[in-house]
Amino acid sequence: MIDQIIFYTLAFIIVAMSLMVILARNAVRSALYLISALLGFAALYIRLQAELLAGVQILVYVGGIMVLFLFVIMLVSVRTMEHQARQTRQWKAAVVIALGVAAELIYLIVRGGSIFVTKQPPDALLTKSQNTQVVGEALYSTYLLPFEIASVLLLVAMIGAVVLAKKKI
Amino acid sequence: MEHDIFGAIDEKTVLDANQVVINMGPQHPSTHGVLRVKLTLDGERVIDTDCIIGYLHRGTEKIVENRPYAAGVPYFDRTDYVAAVSNNLGYVECVEKMLGVEVPPRVQYIRTMMTEFQRIASHLLWLGTHALDIGAMTVFLYAFREREEILKLFEALFGARLTIHAFRIGGLWQDLPVGFLDACRRFSDTIGEHINEYEGLLTNNRIWLERTRDIGVISAQDAIDLGLTGPVLRGSGVNYDVRKARPYSAYADFDFDIPLGVHGDTYDRYLVRIEEMRQSNRIIQQCITRMPTGPIRAKAPRVIKPPVGEYYHSVEGPKGELGYYIVSEGKTSPYRVRIRPPTFINLQALKKLVKGHLVADVVAIIGTLDIVLGEIDR
Amino acid sequence: MNILVNYVVIPLVKIVVIVAILSGGIAYLTLMERKVIARLQHRLGPMRVGWHGILQPIADGLKFIIKEDIIPIKADRFVFTIAPGISLVPAFIVFSVIPFGPPDSLWGTGGYVTDVNIALLFAVAVSSVGVLGVILGGWASNSKYPLLGALRSSAQMVSYEVAMGFGIIGVLLVANSLSLVEIVEKQRSMGVWFFFVQPIAFLIYYFCGMAETNRLPFDLPEAETELVGGFHTEYSGFRFSLFFIAEYANMITVSSLAVTLFFGGWLRPFSSVAALSFLDIIPPPLWFVIKVLIFLYIFIWVRGTLPRFRFDQLMRIGWKVFLPVAMANVMVTGAILLKFL
Repeated sequence: MIDQIIFYTLAFIIVAMSLMVILARNAVRSALYLISALLGFAALYIRLQAELLAGVQILVYVGGIMVLFLFVIMLVSVRTMEHQARQTRQWKAAVVIALGVAAELIYLIVRGGSIFVTKQPPDALLTKSQNTQVVGEALYSTYLLPFEIASVLLLVAMIGAVVLAKKKI
Repeated sequence: MEHDIFGAIDEKTVLDANQVVINMGPQHPSTHGVLRVKLTLDGERVIDTDCIIGYLHRGTEKIVENRPYAAGVPYFDRTDYVAAVSNNLGYVECVEKMLGVEVPPRVQYIRTMMTEFQRIASHLLWLGTHALDIGAMTVFLYAFREREEILKLFEALFGARLTIHAFRIGGLWQDLPVGFLDACRRFSDTIGEHINEYEGLLTNNRIWLERTRDIGVISAQDAIDLGLTGPVLRGSGVNYDVRKARPYSAYADFDFDIPLGVHGDTYDRYLVRIEEMRQSNRIIQQCITRMPTGPIRAKAPRVIKPPVGEYYHSVEGPKGELGYYIVSEGKTSPYRVRIRPPTFINLQALKKLVKGHLVADVVAIIGTLDIVLGEIDR
Repeated sequence: MNILVNYVVIPLVKIVVIVAILSGGIAYLTLMERKVIARLQHRLGPMRVGWHGILQPIADGLKFIIKEDIIPIKADRFVFTIAPGISLVPAFIVFSVIPFGPPDSLWGTGGYVTDVNIALLFAVAVSSVGVLGVILGGWASNSKYPLLGALRSSAQMVSYEVAMGFGIIGVLLVANSLSLVEIVEKQRSMGVWFFFVQPIAFLIYYFCGMAETNRLPFDLPEAETELVGGFHTEYSGFRFSLFFIAEYANMITVSSLAVTLFFGGWLRPFSSVAALSFLDIIPPPLWFVIKVLIFLYIFIWVRGTLPRFRFDQLMRIGWKVFLPVAMANVMVTGAILLKFL
């Protein structure tokens, strides 16, 4: 009961904040709402007993990435953005994609939980209080290849950013 | 709700840094008074500077033209208000030169000694504020502790601490009070140790070195071309000090060195000023031991009416060559008085020194020029 | 009923007590700073309010509350209003995981509000949120100096957090746990403070902590002689005091974490040497406070002694000195642990 109340409250907050992110005209306000939504996710992770994920979520997204977001937003004149047209030529494509995603979501909700394969995790994992170790082991054994691919991808992105930003080296 | 800090910007330039115009001063904590510097920044890098002065303009030169010569002296306490004694000396000696008055040796020695005290006081104030600008707050209070002792000496001899009517045309207001020389000796014996103390906090401090080395470099040729004088010039290695070049007062009698810099950066100017304090102390010690006896006033006319002509006399103020140009028409007040204010001319260098540095360096460079707005604006 | 007492009443009581102590501690930390700096500078510091200025913090607090709260007309009112709160709240939340005493103290409830298994990560994560307040406050003022301060602090915080994180990992490798209670317990069972095991990690953590709290020589976001007041130039009265309190709370946080991670938390010195058991006369929480005070004193001492770095130098040190050294420290520690343990 309490569990459900917490879940729905958090879910409502996340959805409302996510909506505000795209509805707010001022980019800094958008960023603020995004921070709230991300904090909501962190709370959800805690409820799922994935404390490590919650901590990383706050550290990386709220404390790191959002700071950089704000850094960039502050460099851009917000007033000019507020006066820009809200609808661009992309709106038709956007509607199509949104409808597609909505259809997908509705299908999933109608079909319910039966389409997901749920596996009860072994008790050893749950009782082990060190959820950091579990994540670490998974990343460095079962999912080593995706992990490495993600690292390489990030490295590529980093080099690309440096090249773009530093035109004159 | 306006967020137009950068003005309207071209979307293409978002990734390139935009130029910002920022006003530093006249109410900024480290522009040493009411200097206003218009900085054009690219990020934090300075592209261009523009000094806007005149917030403290009082028309000193014009006022003095309408006063008798003797009444003009106190107005110069207030030009460079942290070095009133040196200012007085320049004006008083210039008028004496006009009149052809030779002051007695005791007067010359006392004047020299007090001017050197003033040099130390002025350099202490510079050191404290310069260090404070760069973030070292303790040096500031240490420097003011010693400056306080000098101000006490001034109070004992001249009756005032900051804007001192120190010298009279033809001599002094009063002779040294009883025990004054002992007090001077006590100060002069300890100041060396205190200077070591400041140096201990700064000279070899890694952060201080990083903040001052290669900051605001000016070559000897550029320094001469810009007309810089004082420690700012000597920091670039040019050996020019009015005390040696055209000795006035009793300076010819004393033994002292002129410290010179090598690189012409902020750190060298710092070292030059620190060493100048030590040399000033040397002069003070020689003054104390060799203080002659005799009258404290020359035979100057009661009503001062210098002969017609143009006169220029300069002294080495704490901040550079401080000159007085006076035109006399043979009346009781001068026809024209013009000051050569060292900091006004030294401030010219700011634009050159600051270019390409960061905002934080602007503060360090304003500090190293050792400006006083009372003198710049007059 | 038991659940209610265990999970609601006891933590609530602890939270109230800690917040009260912390608030008082911050108030008197300002007095301590003024007194210590005054001694360093041959002054007396506050002397007028109470005996040797003992009531000065109260007078200061009153002044802040009574002062007019000015919101610049061109400011973004909403963001301007909440920014000090964003800065202050995380600074206090961190204390929920910092252990002040052993788990069996306080009638078995433990000398901490809660002992979560990711306490260290939680502390670092939450304290990284505080910088958002600084950035938003600087932006919302809609003024140039605060904006420059905000830009400086965002770059500074992000850079130094990375190095700080790597510094802490050294401790993690040795302690094998993210729980702060377990980290202290490990230091007890190993019989040595982690400072002696991981001195480099400690130095990196403490310097980065100074940078994170905007203290000299890293106080560039507010550098009063360059940026007037940096991000809080336009703030006044009570809102300004919130930023101020947050800075001091962060100082206490950094010191507390340094003590917990590297100096044995609540443990007395040489906790494994039985001959020194007379030191137990001082209870564990007091040992903790004494150690924290020593680190706070170092904060103040450094402020009284050093000049300020320049922005590019700061970034250079962060990225080119602290980060590589911290990473090397992690690698060497890991290799040694693999080889010998």
